[in-house]
Amino acid sequence: MAIYLLRRLGLAIITLFLLSLIIFFAGQVLPGDPARSILGPLSAESAVRALDHQLGVDRPLVTQYWSWISDMLRGNMGKSYQYQSPVEPLLVTALVNSAKLAALAFIVIIPLSILGGVIAALYAGRPADRIITLTGSSGAAVPEFVSGIVVIVVFSVVLKLLPPSAQAQPGASFLTQLKSLILPAIPLVLVLFGYIARMARAGTIEALESDYVRTATLKGLKRVVVIYRHVLRNSLLPTITVIATQIGYLIGGLVVVERLFNYQGIGNLIFHAATSKDFPMLEASVLTIGVVYMVATVGADLLTMLLNPRQRTEVFR
Amino acid sequence: MTETLAVPPGVVSTDADRREQPVWRLLLTRPTFVVGALILLFWIVCAIFGSDIAPHNPLAQQLLAVNQPPSAAHWFGTDQLGRDVLSRVIVGAQTMLIIAPLATVVGTVLGTALGLVLGYFGGAVDQVVSRIVEAVLALPAILVIFLFMVALGVSTRSQILVIGFIFTPLIARTVRSAVQVESQLDYLPAARLLGERPMRMMFVEILPNVMPTVLVEFTIRLGYAIFTVATLAFLGFGVQLSTPNWGTDINANYVVLGAGYWWETLFPALAIASLIIAINLVADAIEQVLAG
Amino acid sequence: MTATEATEIPGPAAGPLSAVQVEHLDVTYRIRGQDRLALRDVSFQIGRSESYGLVGESGSGKSTVALALTRYLPRNGRVSAGSIRIAGRDPLAMNADKLRQLRAHSVSMVYQEPGKALNPSMRVGRQVAEVYEVAGLGKAEALERSEAMLRTVQISDPGQVMQRYPHQLSGGMAQRVVIAMALASEPELLILDEPTTALDATVEAEVLDLVAGLREQLDTSLLFISHNLAVIAKMCDRVGVLYAGELIEEGPARQVFDQPRHPYTVGLLRCIPRIGQRKDHGRLDTIPGFLPPPGQQQAGCIFAPRCPIVEQRCRETAPPPFDTAPGQTSRCYLHEAARDLPRNTPVDLQLAATPPASEPVVTIRNLSKTFTSRGQTVHALAGVNLEIKRGETLGLVGESGSGKTTLARILLALTAPDPGSAVEMDGQPLGAELRQRSPAQLKALQIVFQNPDSALNRRHTVRRLISRPLVKLAGLSGAALADRLTELVQSVRMEPRHLALRPRQLSGGLKQRVAIARAFGGGPRIVVCDEPTSALDVSVQAAILNLLADLQAKEQVTYLFISHDLQLVRYLSDRIAVLYLGRLMELGPAERVFSGPHHPYTEALLSAVPSLDGQRRQRIRLSGEIPSAANPPSGCVFHTRCPRRLDSGICESTEPPLVEVEPGHLMSCHIPIDQLTTLQSYEPMP
Repeated sequence: MAIYLLRRLGLAIITLFLLSLIIFFAGQVLPGDPARSILGPLSAESAVRALDHQLGVDRPLVTQYWSWISDMLRGNMGKSYQYQSPVEPLLVTALVNSAKLAALAFIVIIPLSILGGVIAALYAGRPADRIITLTGSSGAAVPEFVSGIVVIVVFSVVLKLLPPSAQAQPGASFLTQLKSLILPAIPLVLVLFGYIARMARAGTIEALESDYVRTATLKGLKRVVVIYRHVLRNSLLPTITVIATQIGYLIGGLVVVERLFNYQGIGNLIFHAATSKDFPMLEASVLTIGVVYMVATVGADLLTMLLNPRQRTEVFR
Repeated sequence: MTETLAVPPGVVSTDADRREQPVWRLLLTRPTFVVGALILLFWIVCAIFGSDIAPHNPLAQQLLAVNQPPSAAHWFGTDQLGRDVLSRVIVGAQTMLIIAPLATVVGTVLGTALGLVLGYFGGAVDQVVSRIVEAVLALPAILVIFLFMVALGVSTRSQILVIGFIFTPLIARTVRSAVQVESQLDYLPAARLLGERPMRMMFVEILPNVMPTVLVEFTIRLGYAIFTVATLAFLGFGVQLSTPNWGTDINANYVVLGAGYWWETLFPALAIASLIIAINLVADAIEQVLAG
Repeated sequence: MTATEATEIPGPAAGPLSAVQVEHLDVTYRIRGQDRLALRDVSFQIGRSESYGLVGESGSGKSTVALALTRYLPRNGRVSAGSIRIAGRDPLAMNADKLRQLRAHSVSMVYQEPGKALNPSMRVGRQVAEVYEVAGLGKAEALERSEAMLRTVQISDPGQVMQRYPHQLSGGMAQRVVIAMALASEPELLILDEPTTALDATVEAEVLDLVAGLREQLDTSLLFISHNLAVIAKMCDRVGVLYAGELIEEGPARQVFDQPRHPYTVGLLRCIPRIGQRKDHGRLDTIPGFLPPPGQQQAGCIFAPRCPIVEQRCRETAPPPFDTAPGQTSRCYLHEAARDLPRNTPVDLQLAATPPASEPVVTIRNLSKTFTSRGQTVHALAGVNLEIKRGETLGLVGESGSGKTTLARILLALTAPDPGSAVEMDGQPLGAELRQRSPAQLKALQIVFQNPDSALNRRHTVRRLISRPLVKLAGLSGAALADRLTELVQSVRMEPRHLALRPRQLSGGLKQRVAIARAFGGGPRIVVCDEPTSALDVSVQAAILNLLADLQAKEQVTYLFISHDLQLVRYLSDRIAVLYLGRLMELGPAERVFSGPHHPYTEALLSAVPSLDGQRRQRIRLSGEIPSAANPPSGCVFHTRCPRRLDSGICESTEPPLVEVEPGHLMSCHIPIDQLTTLQSYEPMP
């Protein structure tokens, strides 16, 4: 057990290290001089050099990487060029905002997509299945901003039911906040529904066609019991992993959705940091996303392991 | 000492000549494929002959007729600069259908080659590359591509290459697992016993068998490439060509959505949706036909 | 014609006495918009406490019968005509609730792969207890009864087994659990669909014994479905032979197998190697042609296209069942002539084989192979010494995990052995990896794999598949290539028109012929045959075995023939090597190994195999599971299961050396040869 855990964590750490290298590399490749972009095109060359030195971007890359990553590990994420203030509080606020939106999407998506997938599997090949499957795969393929525009036009412009902007006033009630998050959550739900429902459907069909479900049916068990106790237990395990990996897609979607709905989350933060070449902000937020993703996938792996007797017994041995 | 022929000629034919229907004929029997293919065909026609079909010059500004709602003269209305939205939608297909397919081809070719090498050789190379792939995958692909666009600057070439390169590990991963499935089969050791070299093993023995996977992956990725190109344009990183771009138009006009000028963004958005769903329907049909 | 046309189906008295009554059953599958008949006019009855066997090759529809009886046909299948009665009740007319009651109380089923029949995420005890809970018992009582039931199926430590998950059980143990679940409801009918096909011979014997024993204890009727005629002969009172969805012959099992009266049954029985048959005398017969594709509509007798004694009327009107003997019916107009069916293959052939030489072509010394998986070390082979002699067929026998395939793969350099192992050919060391081998060595060693679907590249044409070794190994091109290709295709009895086809357009037998042609294309000296017929039907198997024998004589090759089927090995081999847990237990001339005295493990293997010849051999039973190669027993690895283990304790402590007990006959056993002879002497030997 301990060995498995260590191994899994070790792999995650190696992956994060590689990720940090990629981010750092991409940060350095960004064209333009940070000092130049802060000071503007008209400032004097000497001032730019001085600021470069102050920022430490004139040192060798390895030194820069080392000081950057060790600062990161200590939780010191540096100072945003763009806002001229420490990165952490900005990042935390944005992360909390995004988490609200993501949580709403996940609360809706998990039961909905699993239910959709299971229903599609139970009626495999029939109209209900075709409708769920095609809706799911089409929804997953359409960019979030496209479906976002459609829902804004329908619910906001035509029906005038919900606000087109997701950013509620500071100190707004929970209900108001929730209401403003409904529209941006819809594109996220649409994109995720297809993937998760597809996995749930495949797993359920596999279980339904298995010998052990035949055994259970021929025992004379009620259909409901067969499905609940014998089908779902086995079919939904792989779905957990899929849900965790979807967190990556979800964050990608956040950049677009937060932009469209003008919502101050991590997606918007990254967008602005990138367009204004705010390296510390950009690197810190992208690395944070990587950490969130790794924690989610490792967590899902552990959960799957605990729920799957085969893996559990082999690991515990 | 001749054994009588165990197989009388007349009987063999019933069993041996199980003729299969060609894939394209099976595809045509699927309504989803036909619908998808027709929509796709429509957009391809628009991409090629767009300027001949379009009722107006998509670039002509009419500053006296800005933000006009749909009417008989302008079926899809006009935008903030008074340009005809319908014409821009029709001509805008071109940008999409140049960048996305080329990027997908780049990604598929490189990804297939990489996947074959990783799956066939396995071992240390596979371990190292798999780690890197996983590191890239820890970030949403769209975000990575966005970051590289910011870093490299927007051009047709940079978009094709960046999208292609980011797709490469994703496709390689799929091809690699297909190759690993093939590696369980005995025809590979059988070929090795004939003294076949690795290049031939990969490209003559294995590749034809993973081609269905590659084809399905290509169609799925093509849809995702359009997704990506459109999203980049929406984020303000669209290729600046003389022809209109659906995503760029949405980026330019969505701020006035709240003012009720919905047609300026809705119609390009529906164009993107229809193109992607069409490709998705085609991909789904190909996958099902090849699987069944 | 002496027999009268049957007016009603003979057998046990019909009516309420029969457990199962199937009449004129048609089952249809809808495939790509077309209805295909999978079963046609099938009628049979199973009396109370009777054991009825259904035998047939793949595609005969035998499993469809089981699915129809339990009303578990796939969604595209339906009973399109006829009736079914189980204990007098009609499952087809039942609503969901009644059907559930029927399944809960009257019918149970056991099928081929026990590992898959159990829910992987539920504890075994819970799964057995479910059956009792359905019957209305409380949880505690259900668990108690489950434990008792597991004891009934001879699981020695049921309490502990109940706590396990299915993947922690061996195949034999899992099948016991499934049988326990099936019998827990005390059903009127137990259906067993190939229940031992996935199990090793010694485990199969145990499970069959268990079922036979339980039958006497419990008042249950049995429907036993199998492709294996010998298993049916052992287990069943009566048997029905299915061919392409029709029940073509039926009767008391012994009688049907001794005096078959349908040309198909006659032919099928001649395809199976019997004791005393060998490749050069008492050759296997074959059935020409192929099974018709499923659901083919055909006027007249379904077997007519393949029948050697077919007449015009056979092609016009389907024959009704004829009574040929008390209780026996045959759907054949010519059931009299069927007794003396002309052979498709002559009995005796002069094989131009040169007798095997005494010098070895391959020498294997101290061959070991250790795998590491999940931190466990598995000794697949441990210090094997073996010589393969020029021109002989060396049979390699063993159960799963014995290391027989590993040995073949090392010989072919598909797997590298542990350091210290030596494999030589003609006195020259053979490289452990393919690239270390010379072109001549590469050319010399080829293989025919078990499953042609896996062994042939499905994207390549037959022409390409067979030409490649001719180009690559034999170095042919142009006209010489074309000539040799034609010759090779003829020698595996295929036709030139097959060259343009791809594997999936060929039947299983033809695919295996392509694989054989490829193996022989480069002009090999040694061909490894790794279970070359175990994926094929019995009637196809015979033709492939004959082909292998002919090719050996013609091409003068040496065979390493790997199989778990002792009768096959005996039919084809000159010498036999018996492996157990990676150790060589016995090695000697085929007839000596079979006639004995033999190693106790060989003895157990021989007595585990059910025989069609009806000889009830003195059985020695093996107890316990096959130990894991990751953790082999001390001393003699066989001592944990050996019924002849010595009391002195030497078997537990010391591994016996492989010694020559008589000329050319080697054995690894502490029991002196004389004593083994005495112990094994009361067995009636052929």
